[in-house]
Formats: sequence, structure tokens, C-alpha cells
Amino acid sequence: MYTQALDTHGREPVPAPAAEGAATATRFQARIDADEKIEPKDWMPEAYRQTLIRQISQHAHSEIVGMLPEGNWISRAPSLRRKAVLIAKVQDEGGHGMYLYSAAETLGVARAQLVEQLLSGAAKYSSIFNYPTLTWADVGAIGWLVDGAAIMNQIPICRCSYGPYARAMVRICKEESFHQRQGFEIMLTLAQGSDAQHAMAQDALNRWWWPSIMMFGPPDGDSKHTAQSMAWKIKRFSNDELRQKFIDVTVPQAQFLGLTIPDPLLHWDEATQHFAIGPIDWSEFHAVLKGNGPCNRERLEARRAAHAAGAWVRDAAAAYAAKRGAQAHEGGKS
Amino acid sequence: MSDPTTGAPAADWPLYEVFIRSRSGLEHKHVGSLHAADARMAVEHARDVYTRRQEGVSIWVVRSADIVASDPAEADALFEPARDKVYRHPTFYAIPDEVKNL
Repeated sequence: MYTQALDTHGREPVPAPAAEGAATATRFQARIDADEKIEPKDWMPEAYRQTLIRQISQHAHSEIVGMLPEGNWISRAPSLRRKAVLIAKVQDEGGHGMYLYSAAETLGVARAQLVEQLLSGAAKYSSIFNYPTLTWADVGAIGWLVDGAAIMNQIPICRCSYGPYARAMVRICKEESFHQRQGFEIMLTLAQGSDAQHAMAQDALNRWWWPSIMMFGPPDGDSKHTAQSMAWKIKRFSNDELRQKFIDVTVPQAQFLGLTIPDPLLHWDEATQHFAIGPIDWSEFHAVLKGNGPCNRERLEARRAAHAAGAWVRDAAAAYAAKRGAQAHEGGKS
Repeated sequence: MSDPTTGAPAADWPLYEVFIRSRSGLEHKHVGSLHAADARMAVEHARDVYTRRQEGVSIWVVRSADIVASDPAEADALFEPARDKVYRHPTFYAIPDEVKNL
């Protein structure tokens, strides 16, 4: 599962909640401040609704597109056990997409509209999935790093002010833990294997480390929506806070694996009691986000092809349901 | 996905709310929703989406459109009458400590 502080990538700035009645808006904020949950039919500022629709649907799209890089290795998993695990993991990602689409729909947007936005390229999804999975070790690195970063992002969302999103996230976080552990186990097996396997694990870490670090979104100074999302309790920690937490827990794990994090400036900072990293190349992040990553076009084409290939199934199911409905109606009359 | 003539997204399948009984002896509990062409498909999808880890022994699905709900805007009027009736709770009554089994 996979967010990357997606709420920071909207193209339009979120308007302040001024249009609605000031008293109603004050009451709404008071409920949020009192840690009450907002439920679908409750009054909410339009900007709160739009922010959530954008964030939850981008999150859902990320789950769906996220099935592609890992699905790439199902037919080539090195053992039956690994294959069964990978199928279960990819199926979970699909399930997470379903929970999230349902949560988004409670805000008054249609599923078909959300799917259309993904397929047309209008919607964004986590840019991490625009990187290719070149070797089996990439499956391990994705579980360990990408799912690890996602968990770091998502655990605070379990306490999000919007009830359906928070509840979906509780479910997702429970399932996500298996994803991260199976990834680490793959990395551990490779790191302790032959020289070639160790090198394969190192290569995967080299390629996935920085994109994983960038999953937390732009630095706090450049993050447009953080303050408003924090006030609404959609977001609980800033991008940089979450990024630092991830680095602090992950560096020792890499050391345990005997792998080297691809950052010559990485060091323990006694003063801050945190690991400090070298500068992040944000130009790459923005290039991938704009559609110029290694696999952007391939991912969308795969989704469009899958959707088109499934059209006859959807049509057949609808026709069958209509026929059964008509028969039940006839039967009821006689 | 799109209607070839209008370009508008095709209509979604109906939305179903899903209720799962997690163990025998417990009540069914709302877990979420999903789209399905008919009720039977809704049960099958609910199995795949909501019980991948043995979360349930029984599934109910109901068309979301068939659920009648109270209006959150009227929650105060609806539930306020119970607020000042604390005498409906056993703790309202002061019983001397030496009285047992009460």
C-alpha cells in the first residue's frame, strides 16, 4: 500500500472554507478539534470534501497501479512458496484499492468517474510505480522499502478525521505488515545467499532507496497543503517528519542485511539523534510525477488494456443480472 | 469504460453494503461496500474483498439504496430525549456498600 503524501500534489490550491456559513464552518472545525469523526452525510466544507476525494482516490489508484510492477514477477517467482505469497500480496493491493474507492464514493463521487480519471491520465498515483522491476530482488525491495514507507505514511491516517477513510486505513495497515515482512525476508535470503544474489539485493536497494525516500513528498517548505490538511486532521505529521522516521528505522535494517545504502553522506547525527542523509534529487521526482518516469506510459497502457479486455465480462454480468431480474419479475406475477 | 456515443463514463453496477459475522455467536457487522451486478456476485466479491484472512463465517449484502438512515442534521432532536434520563442506568441509584448482590 502506497501513499506518498499524495495530498500535496493537487494542481489547484485548496480554497479556504469561506463560502459556507461561518458559524457552520466554526462548528465543523470544533468537531475536528474535539477529535470527533466526520461521517459521509455530515455537513463538511466543500474544500474538505474535495481534498479527501483527491487524496483517497489517488491513494486507490496507487494500489491498483501498484499491482503491475509486482505482478510482473508472479510467473517467474523462484519457488511455489514465493509465488503463492506474491499472488496473495498483489491480491491484497487490489483489495486495498477497493476499500479506498468505496471510501471515496461516500463523498459523492462515482466509481466509474474515478476509474475514468485514472485511465485518461487526469488522476495521479504514487510515482514509485513508474519504476521498473528488473530483477526478483526488486520484489523484495518493494515490500521492504516501498511498503515500509507506505506504512509509515498510513498509520497516522488510521486516525484521520474522516471516518470511512480512517476505517479503510485500519484494515489496510493490518494487511500491510505482512507485505513488508515478506519483502524483508526476500532481501535477507538474497543478502545471505551467493555473491551474485547478494549483489542482486544491493542493486535493488541502490535503485529503490531514493524513490522510497521521495515517497513522503516534497520537503515541508514546498508542501502546499500541509497546514490545511493538518488543521483538518487528514494529515497528522509533516512529510519531513515521516521521512525522518522511515530513515531512522530503515538504516539499521539495511545494516543487518549487510547492504550499503546508496548515500555517501548518510551518517548518525549525535546532536539530533537521527540519521542525516545527503541532498535529495527532487528534479527526478518531479520528472516522474510529470509523466516522464521509466514506466509511466507502460503502466497506464496496461491499465487501459486490462479495462478494455474486461469490458465483455462486465457487459455479460450486467446482461445476466437484467435477465434474472426480469425472470424474477415474471415469476412474481404468475 | 466510456459510452461510445456520449463519451460519458458507463454507469456503475449497483452499490451493496457488506455485513460480516466474524464468528459463530456474534452479530453481523458492517465492514464496507462494493459494486456488483447482482446480489450473488456481491456475496462472491465480498468474500474476496473482505474475508481474505478468515474474517468471517457469514456474509450479508444489501443494496445501499435500500437502506433507510436517520438524518445526521436531526441527530440532536432524535437522540436528545435520552440525554436527561440517567435514571435508566443502574449507576443512578445510590445503594449502601454493605448491601450485597444488588
